[in-house]
Amino acid sequence: MELLANLGLGFATAITPTSLLYCFVGVFLGTLIGVLPGLGPTATIAMLLPVTFTLPPVSALIMLAGIYYGSQYGGSTTSILVNVPGEAASVVTTLDGYQMARQGRAGVALTAAAIASFFAGTVATLLLALFAPPLAEVALKFGPADYFSLMVLGLLASVVLAQGSLLHAIGMVVLGLLLGLVGTDVNSGAQRFSFGIPQLADGIGFVVVAMGMFGLAEIIRNLEREEDGTAEVTKITSLMPTKEDWKRMIAPILRGTAIGSALGILPGSGSILGAFAAYSIEKKVSKHGSEFGKGAIEGVAAPEAANNAGAQTSFIPMLTLGIPSNPVMALMVGAMIIHGIQPGPSVITEQPALFWGIIASMWIGNLFLIILNLPLIGMWVRIIMIPYHILFPAILVFCGIGVFSLKNTEFDIYLMALFGMLGYLFVKLDCEPAPMLLAFILGPMMEEYLRRALLLSRGDPMVFITRPISATLLALGVLAILAASLPALYKKREEAFREE
Amino acid sequence: MTSRNPKDLWTGIIYIAVGLAAIIIGRDYGMGTPRKMGPAFFPAILSIILIMIGIISLVRSFLRPGTPVGRFTLRGLLLVTGATLVFGLIVRGAGLIIAMPVLVIVSAYASGKFRWRTSIAMAIVLTVFCILIFLKGLGIPLPILGSWFGG
Repeated sequence: MELLANLGLGFATAITPTSLLYCFVGVFLGTLIGVLPGLGPTATIAMLLPVTFTLPPVSALIMLAGIYYGSQYGGSTTSILVNVPGEAASVVTTLDGYQMARQGRAGVALTAAAIASFFAGTVATLLLALFAPPLAEVALKFGPADYFSLMVLGLLASVVLAQGSLLHAIGMVVLGLLLGLVGTDVNSGAQRFSFGIPQLADGIGFVVVAMGMFGLAEIIRNLEREEDGTAEVTKITSLMPTKEDWKRMIAPILRGTAIGSALGILPGSGSILGAFAAYSIEKKVSKHGSEFGKGAIEGVAAPEAANNAGAQTSFIPMLTLGIPSNPVMALMVGAMIIHGIQPGPSVITEQPALFWGIIASMWIGNLFLIILNLPLIGMWVRIIMIPYHILFPAILVFCGIGVFSLKNTEFDIYLMALFGMLGYLFVKLDCEPAPMLLAFILGPMMEEYLRRALLLSRGDPMVFITRPISATLLALGVLAILAASLPALYKKREEAFREE
Repeated sequence: MTSRNPKDLWTGIIYIAVGLAAIIIGRDYGMGTPRKMGPAFFPAILSIILIMIGIISLVRSFLRPGTPVGRFTLRGLLLVTGATLVFGLIVRGAGLIIAMPVLVIVSAYASGKFRWRTSIAMAIVLTVFCILIFLKGLGIPLPILGSWFGG
């Protein structure tokens, strides 16, 4: 079977001592930073990206993937123990996870989350291995117009899933696209919006934007609502679920995995939508529906499974089409480009060892998560207890040195400070930064595909509507926006986010 | 008539201003034709869309009431971004051994729970840690003691 041969190649790449080491380091560092209250995967990855730039591509991507699910799992730990979600996707876990912790069942909740994540990760990795190659083949048939429309769809989907005002989020996308164009135009060699500053000739680094908008701005936001003092961490007694717990966990994990895997593929979604959907569906179908919100183990297992499944399957559009579906994937795309790999359908055929190695290492990373997290939980708890006013100057230090190390220029430090300021102002104005970061990375690619599409059509913009693939993708995007702006759904969307 | 939605109002103003600025700055880049897009083509389209969104947001702010911008921490904003800027300005000249403690202590001052003793201790620990890991370990070309002090 081809799948087995491919996975064999992947494991051959992933089970070398170097790969295992970087996978382990990634998962470890990801969890370490991810458990810190208020630091989500995007900020964690942005902070740790510079560390990976010195590595060879395979090791760097294996490590980055490890950082991603490490930070996501770390976020769940924090959600359960202190009720502070690091990112939107683990908001759902706080609902029942923290309640379980208050009932003295924190250990059980953590185990449930770990097992659900591991199972979901395993299934989603297999799905990725199964579906990525055929999808990549389909993607090879995509023309420039189709790619352009696909990006439009992805950006519109990220707008729909953003918090706050829909209109403002669309504006943020356009702003991000514009910012992405700063620097030398690849086609004409002309300098655009660089104000004669030599450091801007290569464009603005995406890590600079990400660290500013997600790292610095987050710090300022946290300082604004400072009063809540040191996190009170619940004691962990037993990690072992009872027989009853096991029984109640199985079906929710299966359902969560299915929902999360399916929704994770959607552009713009990643793991957030899956976690929300899995929780609300579980609440409806469960025999213990009335216990939800009061510490039901299903309410931890299902969204955690969905969350992790979505995290894995969101690699599918990134690895096969080269189109990131969320800010984390956008950072991965940026990292791949820095390592000289143009993400897209050709990666599978041109760099099979890299592609399958990453997939295999995802599964290994999930395995590390489970062996790492349960025994080390005592250590994570101590890290969570570090008070924020001690923590944030350290985050700032790592951002400062990290951003400098990219190009060894102080200019990036100034830019990061500027984006930190902008990020804070925008959040205050209800303008979500996530769609902007996505657009920022897609900007140059979109321009290139637009150029090619119009060149092929001899300047006729109708090409986006006459090509069936492109037309379908655009229609989906318009539908998503229309659906989100309908009053009834609009309220639902507000409610979904208000649960934070 | 007054605006009843400050968030929409300011977002609108910012979007319009950025869009106009992009058009003005990019006016000499060369439009080209749709068939052969010049460097100004895509930015011009984006700027026009951005201005339109800004106008909608601005108009909406007079029609639909909204919530106020809310609590704003000027102290946090200025100290965090200020400390970062100063760090960038002095890191080569003064060296990490001075720039790092400045970054740590100035930014820590943004917190209401600031204590001199904890911050100084933090500054020492972080500076030593960064010199060992980033300078010695990863070889990042930053001086421990900068050129201003003959380092």
